[in-house]
Amino acid sequence: MDFLIFKAPMLMVQASLDGILLGILFALIAYGMALQWGVMNIINIAQGDLVILGGYIAYTIYLWGIHPAWGVIISPIIMFFVGWGLYKLVINKVVDRDLFISILATFGIAIVFQQLMNFIFGADVVVAQSEYGTTMLFDNSVTLPNSKIFSAFISVLYAIALVIYMRKSKLGRAIRATAQNARAAKILGVDTEKVYAATFGINAALCGIAGALISITLTLHPYVGLSYTVRSFMIVIVAGLGNLPAVAVSGMGLGLFEEFADYILGTEFRIGAVFMLLVLILVYRRFKLSKKREYLK
Amino acid sequence: MNKIAKLFVTFISAITLALVSFTSSFAKVEGEYIVLGSAISLTGKYSSNGVHTQNGYNMAVDRINKMGGVEVQGKKYKFEIIYYDDESNPKRAAQLAERLIKQDGVHYMLGPYSSGLTKAIAPVTEKYKIPMVEANGASRSLFTKGYKYLFAVLSPANQYLEVAIDLAVEKNGGKGVKIAQAFEQDAFSQDVRLGILDAAKRTGSEIIIDDKLPKELNDMAATLAKVKAVKPDVLVVSGHTKGALTAIRQISEMKVDVPMLAMTHCDAAKLSKQHGKKSEFALCASQWHKNLSYKDKFFGSGKKYAKDFQKEFGYDPPYQSAESSAALLVFKDAFERANSFDRDAVRDALVDTEMQTFYGNIKFGPGGQNVAKPMILFQVRCKGDDCENRVVAPTKWASDKFYHPIPKWSERS
Repeated sequence: MDFLIFKAPMLMVQASLDGILLGILFALIAYGMALQWGVMNIINIAQGDLVILGGYIAYTIYLWGIHPAWGVIISPIIMFFVGWGLYKLVINKVVDRDLFISILATFGIAIVFQQLMNFIFGADVVVAQSEYGTTMLFDNSVTLPNSKIFSAFISVLYAIALVIYMRKSKLGRAIRATAQNARAAKILGVDTEKVYAATFGINAALCGIAGALISITLTLHPYVGLSYTVRSFMIVIVAGLGNLPAVAVSGMGLGLFEEFADYILGTEFRIGAVFMLLVLILVYRRFKLSKKREYLK
Repeated sequence: MNKIAKLFVTFISAITLALVSFTSSFAKVEGEYIVLGSAISLTGKYSSNGVHTQNGYNMAVDRINKMGGVEVQGKKYKFEIIYYDDESNPKRAAQLAERLIKQDGVHYMLGPYSSGLTKAIAPVTEKYKIPMVEANGASRSLFTKGYKYLFAVLSPANQYLEVAIDLAVEKNGGKGVKIAQAFEQDAFSQDVRLGILDAAKRTGSEIIIDDKLPKELNDMAATLAKVKAVKPDVLVVSGHTKGALTAIRQISEMKVDVPMLAMTHCDAAKLSKQHGKKSEFALCASQWHKNLSYKDKFFGSGKKYAKDFQKEFGYDPPYQSAESSAALLVFKDAFERANSFDRDAVRDALVDTEMQTFYGNIKFGPGGQNVAKPMILFQVRCKGDDCENRVVAPTKWASDKFYHPIPKWSERS
């Protein structure tokens, strides 16, 4: 039964497309994480909860009768200020401390956010309806929800915009300079405090976009943020910091891997397989690193 | 200290001791109040259903108290409940149960929300021999552990969707059917799955897809793609509200055609409201529906209950509220038959419970589960954009005919 995918080749196409579309969305979240990890050296455990909060913003405008797709514009704007505020309130106090402190702090933020969302939006699972319909391929044997295609398209669009912004704008250059060497950047007149705040804001805005897309493709619930944190953490670990193409490839790879693990190993091992892969990659990296050291000796 | 003062102190201590031993050998009965305790999820991920449960309890307490209360040994008593918020956390629930029993001296408990939390509390109530009537823990494993003080007014989880398989077989002319199923990996959903396995064996049906969904998962696309490829007669999905909402979203988006779709948690997920016409024809298991013809003297009928509940709390009662109200009726009945506050007498009276409530008949099996009430199935039906749940099985209460097979997506407007 588990090898159904090899008997029906169309399933292979379906799985690949599903995986890639989902992976692009993950990559967007992971890119935000990689950005602020690279610049501020902070592992943000609350990443997934920022995503869900972004989703709830889109859901709220949907309840007001506005199409939830507008969420991909409104949600990042609000989330940017949420991120900025969060930086001024908490993150700036942990930014120069060791990694452990920042993990603890963001873990705390994650819990506070979950409870707040639960308090404001309730504990019910909710969905926003895009009514985008479905694209049928290969004589209806492969179906792609248009909402998923839309979400992948928007993710790519924002990713490209961000890359251009990072290259061309003054703030973008300041962010990259700070990431390379914060002290040198400061000496040369970059206001690193502002750069940090902006970076965290941009990360939150990316989460806002992803959240709005999740509200129309998947489901929202105050307590599901962690699974997005884990996935983006995994993508960043594989891709490395500050490398957008690698993040995109690694994101799509993860999406594909999840889908195929589902067909071949069984649905129950889908998430487990991701963790197994994470362990394998970490072991492999460690192995490579230890070889290098020996060589240096 | 002079002699009189010493005597006075001794006297006071003796009285205090006597009072303490009196309250512990009998029950937590304060003045005219019988005090019940409950740890309940008012915050955390079960908070909405926790509130439904609490509203159900409160509604019944008010009603019973207003209608004369509980008569024990010729004296009228009223119910009172001490609540603590368990934060949807099993560990916290167990601690709070301990606190209710040891610090607050509660001697009768009402259940929390969900199978998981009931499982956490049951060993505590069992240890202190505290009778607990629970209304929201349906997992089969609760009733196979030999608990003596646990009583559940609801049908166990394995019965949730058995009826649906019987219905599918009936529609197939008595021959076995091909079943595709996807269940979340948690105690409750896996119990529902066991029920389906039993039903499949009994009817000679074949299970062709048997997916277990990880708890964190909110994407069923792979399972549904398989369903499309193998074309089963029935698709069964259970994964709490998230599972129900995800399934309908992706079935409609991927245009998965199945003749019959059976699920749980449709009403908790507000399926017909959130997904509208996309959820039409989904078949849902439910413990209770307001249109059933059961009656009692406190709430009248289900319809009357729903009306009063709506007036009091501003929304239609989900079955979680109805079964919670029924738990109080069971306690009242047991106290009056025991005619005593002795815990073991009350426990024995609970064992012998056999009554009808607006929620259904209640009679406890050897494991404490309710064996007198069948599960019901309703089907989501829409008129224009207005969708509602109509009872289709068992036939005795069916208000509508079961619509089968579900029309193909290409034929649906």
